[in-house]
Amino acid sequence: MPHLAAGATSSALLLAAPAVVPLVAAGMYALIGLRASPPVAVVPPARRAVAALPAGEAPVLVAEAPGPEPVVVRHPGAWATLVSPAVILVCGGLLAAAVRYGGALSAYSGLLRADALTAWMLLVVGAVALISCGFAPAYMAGEQAAGRATDQSLWHYHALVQAFLAAMCLAVVTANLGVLWVAVEATTIVTAFLVGHRRTRTSVEAAWKYVVICSAGIALAFLGTVLIYYAARQAGIAEAWALDWPTLVARADRLDPAVTRLGITLIVLGFGAKAGLVPLHAWLPDAHSQAPAPVSALMSGVLLSVAFAAILRYRVIANAALGVDFTRVLLTGIALLTLALAAGLLLAQRDYKRMLAYSSMEHMSLIALGTAIGSPLALSAVLLHIAGHGLAKSVAFCASGRILQLTGTVRIGRVRGLLTRAPAPAGAPAPAGAFGLAVVALLAFPPFSLFASELGIARAGFAAGTGLGWVTAAALLLVLIAFAALAARTARMLLGPAPAEARPTGSETTTVWPLALGLAACAALGMATGPLTDLLHAAAQAIGGH
Amino acid sequence: MSDSLYTQLLDVTCGAFLLAAVIVLWRRELAAIVRVFALQGVALAALAVLLGAHEERWDLIGVGIGIGALRAGALPYLVRRALAALTEDRQGYATGGTETRETQPLVNVAASLLTAALLTLLAYAVSRPLTDLEPTPATRALPVGLAVVLIGFFVLVTRRRALAQVVGFLLLDNGITATAFLATSGVPLIVELGVSFDVLLAVLVLQILTTRMREAFGTTDIDDLRELHD
Repeated sequence: MPHLAAGATSSALLLAAPAVVPLVAAGMYALIGLRASPPVAVVPPARRAVAALPAGEAPVLVAEAPGPEPVVVRHPGAWATLVSPAVILVCGGLLAAAVRYGGALSAYSGLLRADALTAWMLLVVGAVALISCGFAPAYMAGEQAAGRATDQSLWHYHALVQAFLAAMCLAVVTANLGVLWVAVEATTIVTAFLVGHRRTRTSVEAAWKYVVICSAGIALAFLGTVLIYYAARQAGIAEAWALDWPTLVARADRLDPAVTRLGITLIVLGFGAKAGLVPLHAWLPDAHSQAPAPVSALMSGVLLSVAFAAILRYRVIANAALGVDFTRVLLTGIALLTLALAAGLLLAQRDYKRMLAYSSMEHMSLIALGTAIGSPLALSAVLLHIAGHGLAKSVAFCASGRILQLTGTVRIGRVRGLLTRAPAPAGAPAPAGAFGLAVVALLAFPPFSLFASELGIARAGFAAGTGLGWVTAAALLLVLIAFAALAARTARMLLGPAPAEARPTGSETTTVWPLALGLAACAALGMATGPLTDLLHAAAQAIGGH
Repeated sequence: MSDSLYTQLLDVTCGAFLLAAVIVLWRRELAAIVRVFALQGVALAALAVLLGAHEERWDLIGVGIGIGALRAGALPYLVRRALAALTEDRQGYATGGTETRETQPLVNVAASLLTAALLTLLAYAVSRPLTDLEPTPATRALPVGLAVVLIGFFVLVTRRRALAQVVGFLLLDNGITATAFLATSGVPLIVELGVSFDVLLAVLVLQILTTRMREAFGTTDIDDLRELHD
C-alpha cells in the first residue's frame, strides 16, 4: 500500500488526534469534576419521588413539583465540548483528501491506519458528535432546571461523552483487530453510566441489561478474534502482524476455512450485538430510551455503525478465505430477522423514544442487507445509508429529548398536536418541526439521502440474482410496514387534535442550529455527494466493492 | 521439563479449570461461588505459566502472573466487596439470606450439571477443526476453554442474582482467555492488556450498578427488572 513519505509526522498526528483530543478533554472534564465536587453528594429531594413513578411515565413531572427555585446558568465548559467534534471533522476531512483515490496512511508501526472507510466513518462520527454536543448544553440546562442534574453530574456527563467519542474514534482508526475489539468494548463501559445517569428504576434496569448483554455479546466477538488470530498464526503470519487487517486481507486465502468459518460466525454475532442486530439486540430499545437525548443520538447515530464497520472489515477477510456465500447467507438471515422483529414491534409501539430505537434496528438491518448483497452499488449505498441514518436519527433523538422536557411524557398517545396546538407551547414548534422532518428523512422521502441509499440497496438487490431479489422484496415489504407504523404515530404526535389541558412548560432555551445543520446535511447528501463522491467510491472499494 | 510431565501437568490444570466451572453451577451460596471462581483464576494463571515454562518465554510467564493477580485477586475481591455491601445493612432482616444465595435458579442444580456435561460434549464437537489444524497437547485441551465459555453463558442466562450473573460473565471471559492461551499461547501483549483493563472496568461498573439496583429496587433479583418491556 502506498505510504505517503512526505509528512510522516503530520499523518501520525492526523491519525492520533481524533482519539487523543477527546481523551484529553475527557480527562480535563473529569479533573474539573473532581475538584468541583462538593464534600457531600447532593441528592435532589425529587429523586426519591422519581423512583415511585410508573415505567412509561418519564419523571419530568417532578420538574413541576415545588422546590428550591432552580437557577438556570449556562455551564461555563459547555461550549468547549465542541472542540473534539471539530477536531474529528477536520482530521476526517484532511484524511479524506489524502486517501480519496484509494491507498492508505499508517502510523505507529501499523497500529493506526486510515483508508477511505476510516475517513468516511470519521466524518460521520464528527458530524453526529457536532449535532449531539451542540445540542447538549441546552438539554442539560433543561435537566438542571428540572432538578435532575447537578453541577457535578454535568462535569461527569461531559467527561464520559468525550471518552465515548475517543473510544469510537480509536475503533475507527486502528488497523489492529484486537485493539478494535478493546475500543468497542470500551464504548460499552463508558456509556453504562450515561444510560443509567438518572438512577431511577427504569434507567438502572436499562444500564444493567446494556452492560451484561453487550459485554457478553462482544466477548463472543473476542473469541472469534482469538480464533482468527489462531488461524493466522497457523498460516505462517508473524505474531506482530497476525491481527493486522491489511496483512490478514492480503493473506486471507491461506487461513484454514473451518477455523475461519467458526471465528467469523462468532464475530458477526458479537459485533452484531453492539450494532443492534438479532439475536443479542434486547439492550437497544431500553438503553436508547433511557439515555439522555444527546447520548441516545450518539449511540444510535454512530455507535451502531462503528460496530457494524468492524463487521465490514471482517467481511473482506471472510470473503477472501471462504468465498462470498458464507457471509452473504449469514448476514441476509440476520438482516431479515432483525427487520421482521423491528417492524413487528414498531406496530405495537406506544413510546416515541422506543419507536426511534426500533427504527434504528430497521435501518441497521437494511445496512446489513446491503452488505450481504455486496456489489459496488450496494456497498456505496450502505455507506451513504450509514451517514444519512446517523444524521437524521441524531436530530430525531435530540428533538425527542426536547419534546420530552416540554411535555413530560414519552407516551405517543399523550403527545398530540404539537404543531397544531394553539396557543403553541413556548419553544415547542422548533423541536417538533425538527422531529417531524427527521422522521420524514428516516421514512426515506426525497430529498433526504436515505431515499437515495435505500433505492441503491433495493436496485443492487434486484440486480444480484433471483435469490437475493426475493429477499429484497421481502425486506421492502417489511420496510413498508415499519414505514406505516412510524408515519401514523408521528403524524398523530405532531398534527393530531390537541389535548384539552395544556401542560406548563419548562425553560424555553432550545438550540436549533444543530438540528437544522443535521437536516440540511442529510438533505444535501441526498441531492449530491459533491466532493465526497470519490471518497465514497474509494471506501466501497476498500471493503470489497471491486 | 520432559514432554510427558508437561502434558500431564497441562491436563491436570485444564481439568481443574473445567471442574471449577462445574462447581460454580453446583453451589448456591454466592460466597462459595466467588471462592471457586478465584481458584479457577489460579488454574488459569498456572496454565499460562506452564505454557511459558514449556516454550521458555519469560514474557508469557509474566502475563500469567499478571492474569493470576487480576483473576484470582482483584476480580474476586471486587465481587466479594459488592456482596459484603449487600449483606451488611440487612443483618437485622430475614431477607439478608436471600441476597447472598441463588435461591431459585431458572434451572435446578441436577439439570444444570447435566447441561454442563452436554455443553462439554458440544465444545468437543465444535472444536474438532481447531484441534485438527495443529494437534499438540495444548490444542488437544482446547475444548476445555470452549466448554467453560459455554458454561459461563449458561450461568449468565439461568441465574437470577445480579452477582451470579457477574460471575457468569467472568467465567465466560476466563474461558476465552484459556482458549487464547491453549490455541496460540496468548494474544499479543497490547491486546491482552487492553482486554484485562476492559474486564476490570466492566466488573467495576457492574459492581456500582448492583449497588444502585439495590437502592432502586430493594433487591438484586434480576426477575424484578421488568419495568421496561414492549
